[in-house]
Amino acid sequence: MELFADPVFLARLQFTITVIFHFVFVPLSIGLGLFMAIFQTKAYKSQDPKDEAIARFWVKVFALTFTVGVATGITMEFSFGTNWADYSRFVGDIFGSPLAAEALLAFFLESTFLGVLIFGKKKVGKKFYMVSSWLVWFGSLLSALWILIANSWMQTPAGYEIADGKAIVVDFFAAAFNPETIPTYVHTVVALVIMGAFVAFAFACYYHLRGRNERFVTNTVKFGTIVMVVATVLMMPAAHMQAKVVADEQPSKLAAMEGQYETEAVPMFLFGFVDTENQTVVGPSIPGLTSFLAAGDFNAEYPGLNDLEAAEPGSTPTDAEVQTTFINYHIMIIMMGVICLGVLIALILALKDRFAFCGKLANKRWIWKVMGYLWIAPFLAIVTGWCTAEFGRQPWIVYGELKTADAASAAVSPEMLLITIILFLVIYLLIWIAWGRLLFKFLQEGPESVESSMQLEAAAASTDADKKGGEWA
Amino acid sequence: MSLQILWFILIGLLLAVYYVLDGFDLGAGILSPFIAKEEEEKEAIIKAVGPVWDGNEVWLLTGGGALFAAFAPAYATAFSGFYLAIMLVLFGLIIRAVALEFRTYDTAWRKLWDILFFIGSLVPALLYGVALGNCLQGVALDMNGDYVGSFFDLLGLFPLAVGILGLSTIILQGACWLCLKIELGTELQRKAANVRSIMQIVTLVLVLAVTVMFFSAGGLNLSEGFSLPVAAIGVIVLIVAVVVGFMSATRGKDLVAFICSSLMCVALFVLFAASIFPDIIVSSGPGPSITIASAAASDYNLTVMTIIACIGVPLVLIYHVLIYRAFRGRVPVGKK
Repeated sequence: MELFADPVFLARLQFTITVIFHFVFVPLSIGLGLFMAIFQTKAYKSQDPKDEAIARFWVKVFALTFTVGVATGITMEFSFGTNWADYSRFVGDIFGSPLAAEALLAFFLESTFLGVLIFGKKKVGKKFYMVSSWLVWFGSLLSALWILIANSWMQTPAGYEIADGKAIVVDFFAAAFNPETIPTYVHTVVALVIMGAFVAFAFACYYHLRGRNERFVTNTVKFGTIVMVVATVLMMPAAHMQAKVVADEQPSKLAAMEGQYETEAVPMFLFGFVDTENQTVVGPSIPGLTSFLAAGDFNAEYPGLNDLEAAEPGSTPTDAEVQTTFINYHIMIIMMGVICLGVLIALILALKDRFAFCGKLANKRWIWKVMGYLWIAPFLAIVTGWCTAEFGRQPWIVYGELKTADAASAAVSPEMLLITIILFLVIYLLIWIAWGRLLFKFLQEGPESVESSMQLEAAAASTDADKKGGEWA
Repeated sequence: MSLQILWFILIGLLLAVYYVLDGFDLGAGILSPFIAKEEEEKEAIIKAVGPVWDGNEVWLLTGGGALFAAFAPAYATAFSGFYLAIMLVLFGLIIRAVALEFRTYDTAWRKLWDILFFIGSLVPALLYGVALGNCLQGVALDMNGDYVGSFFDLLGLFPLAVGILGLSTIILQGACWLCLKIELGTELQRKAANVRSIMQIVTLVLVLAVTVMFFSAGGLNLSEGFSLPVAAIGVIVLIVAVVVGFMSATRGKDLVAFICSSLMCVALFVLFAASIFPDIIVSSGPGPSITIASAAASDYNLTVMTIIACIGVPLVLIYHVLIYRAFRGRVPVGKK
């Protein structure tokens, strides 16, 4: 088990665990935040208690998820200093400012208006409350922008020079809007929105199969389908832009994604695995398709891992990293196929009253059951997509400039890392179970429970309205 | 004033505001099991900090991010050097955040969340001071600026004393906040007022004890220009805050008492900053200390950061006015 004595491996393992856990809840927050804001707006416009109950149900679900995102995000902010001290010293001049800006410009916005959403129903006006839900969502989008600016700079660094062994920013806008920033941002946010739509749909399927909350089901199917179709259509150019940047800027990542060792026109594998010993890929492929997507030419040649390694020894991922990148990338692609199928099902369910054949299909229970589980596809696509981006960048932590192996904290021993990894696993498992239980509890109780508590409140308010003026929610 | 000094002061301010604001909700979390026996009382404490704790904590994230951006070597050394302590702080903040938000809905696990809310508040409140005590005392750094001592080397008598002082001020902050936010005439508010009186005395004793320890260790370097006047102002504010704090607490002026307690925190933090200036992390060898000048980012980056701060800080102030105004007034204990 010599891996468990290697501080760099352990630091990477810890980062992988904490960032993936965090990254599961952030997409949910951003994805579901849109639905919360949409239904808040609907309730505000209609002033109907039933819409109001649905809107409050969404606030509960959103707050639950957002809390976990906030709590697990605290670790990330400090992980660069704790686990990656030499990285921090190298990039401080560039990487710190987006983190500070994220806290200053986004976190304060989110936390303030989340406080309003959870505790302020009776403390602020109806319009203020509705606008707050949009501000929280806007804040989360802003937060995603700053953190992706920071991450993109690690992928395609720009606007800097090296002085005294450190990266010094010379052009803020070139650094912030490096080649990866916009493609990654659009790709990521659109993916998160797709995920939110599938989870919202899963709730709708749950209620439909139990014959509950027809209003919730109808509305979620309607808005969910619109969001899903728009986002999935947007995903096509976004993913294309992202792939093109990788092909242009990160040749070793592109080669790892398709397991390509020799310089040649790059095929696209449908699935398979890398036979690293023989340096080939086992699986069916479409020849030249990746080259075509990246360069518009089926015969465009891209450098393979062997030539890249020969040109600069130690600049390409290890066999294990190539395998991981390949597998993650292809799971993501397959999941994108499943997502497209899911969008078709969503369209069928949304158009059930418009077309007879849609209505026929929507009467089958199995189609709702299937749709109820399809959130797994965007979930997997998000996690594997992220792993593709990060494993594919190896051995670099800042592409072409600093190696991951040279970035860890010298002051942190393997024992400390092992202890904290175990503690993270225990705490995150507890949080995950607690979150899952509560989410399921909210789902079971549904908007009806909110409605009944609203009736209780109304009754209580009318009895002691005069003696209690400005009260707490 | 150079940009480097400006950012040293700004980061100091961010952390001081964090100390004041998260201080009161951490303090409330520590006090909760001792002064809140009934479920209604616990709920009232949660409602007294619920809308604002998250925003309060963002000051820490902003301070950490700004330290990374403006003085990356100090950020790298402090966070990797105090590794286990920082991790314990993070675990505390994580479980506390989740406990605070989940307990309302999760009746089945409420006992567990209450315990975690307490532990998650206590651990950071204690360890912040220990870390600052070590910064004051100096830690063993090598030439690369990496900490070379062990975890237990960080638990010296002086850092622990500073840790306990920090904890005491945070409990006092919590008591002052609860006195201010909980409905008058309730058992809970009375208990908070009692704790406030006790903690004022405890804190004063600890301030004196830490001061004596600090000077007897000969650890003061006010040679640098404006450290001395700043420290003098800090001492004056500290004395005024303590005296007025006592007077206002006995007369039941809860807002004034809270402001005094907050000013005391700020004054203590200013004294800390003036004592380490112009170092950020004092080294006890073999490598050099990390100083403002040696750690500072490029002037270009600091200029960019200053522009970002000029946009962000006014917005942050507006948010704070909005949220504290929306939730002004006292929290009733018990049925609605």
